[in-house]
Amino acid sequence: MAAGDSRVRVKRVDNVSQVEFIDRNILDEGNIQVIGEEITELIDAEPKPRLLISFSNVEHLSSAALGTLITINNKVRAKAGQLRLANIDPQIYEVFVITRLNKLFQIHETTEEAMKSFAA
Amino acid sequence: MNAAPKPAPDQATIPVVNDAADIERAQSQVVAAIERHNYPKASIFAIKLSLHEAMSNAFRHGHAKLAATVPVKVAYKVSDNTIHLAVEDQGPGFDPKSVPDPTLDENLERGSGRGLLLIRAYMASAEYNAKGNRLEMVYERPVA
Repeated sequence: MAAGDSRVRVKRVDNVSQVEFIDRNILDEGNIQVIGEEITELIDAEPKPRLLISFSNVEHLSSAALGTLITINNKVRAKAGQLRLANIDPQIYEVFVITRLNKLFQIHETTEEAMKSFAA
Repeated sequence: MNAAPKPAPDQATIPVVNDAADIERAQSQVVAAIERHNYPKASIFAIKLSLHEAMSNAFRHGHAKLAATVPVKVAYKVSDNTIHLAVEDQGPGFDPKSVPDPTLDENLERGSGRGLLLIRAYMASAEYNAKGNRLEMVYERPVA
């Protein structure tokens, strides 16, 4: 992978930035840093960011990725924005439960449910 | 005609440097051995996560003051019902009891500190040696 290759795909739907990961394994710390930077750019670009992160391609996730998600959550909250997570495979969801991060994030089963949950 | 590649051994000790490709190579070798013993997908998930977290900790903390080219040792032994893993770094060691519980409310938003919690959640046992530079983990095949 060349330096600077994007690690996420972004689609804009109803004023929400829908983010999907390109990698199935979010383990490598270099990639995680790029993901963090790319999502931070999306947050910085909006006065009140509305962000949906879909895990539909993700098979493996490390604790470093969780740390980056927490940072993203803090940045969104600092701008009075909204963050939702969706399409999390049961094995990955278990990681959120073990770490109690299922209490920190608003997690939905599907993109559709997550989109309905955004306050106007 | 090219010879068929040798299957991954059931046990080995692999030196791994702090480089994405080398880390992936070690992971792949362990996973190949596990797959040959027909462990389920959930086991591969557990091992991949635990091994990655153990290696990350070894590099980030154990080798904090060492060059990226200094290797950690990854040892594994896969049998039909158990998987033994060990990750040993060349650092000064640490006290695992000093790691704060990341599930406490006051620690929930910390950016790091969850690796050992995750390892212990998936492994039947995960113990450091007295010095604190070698983590030995045992995984047991889930009952069908």
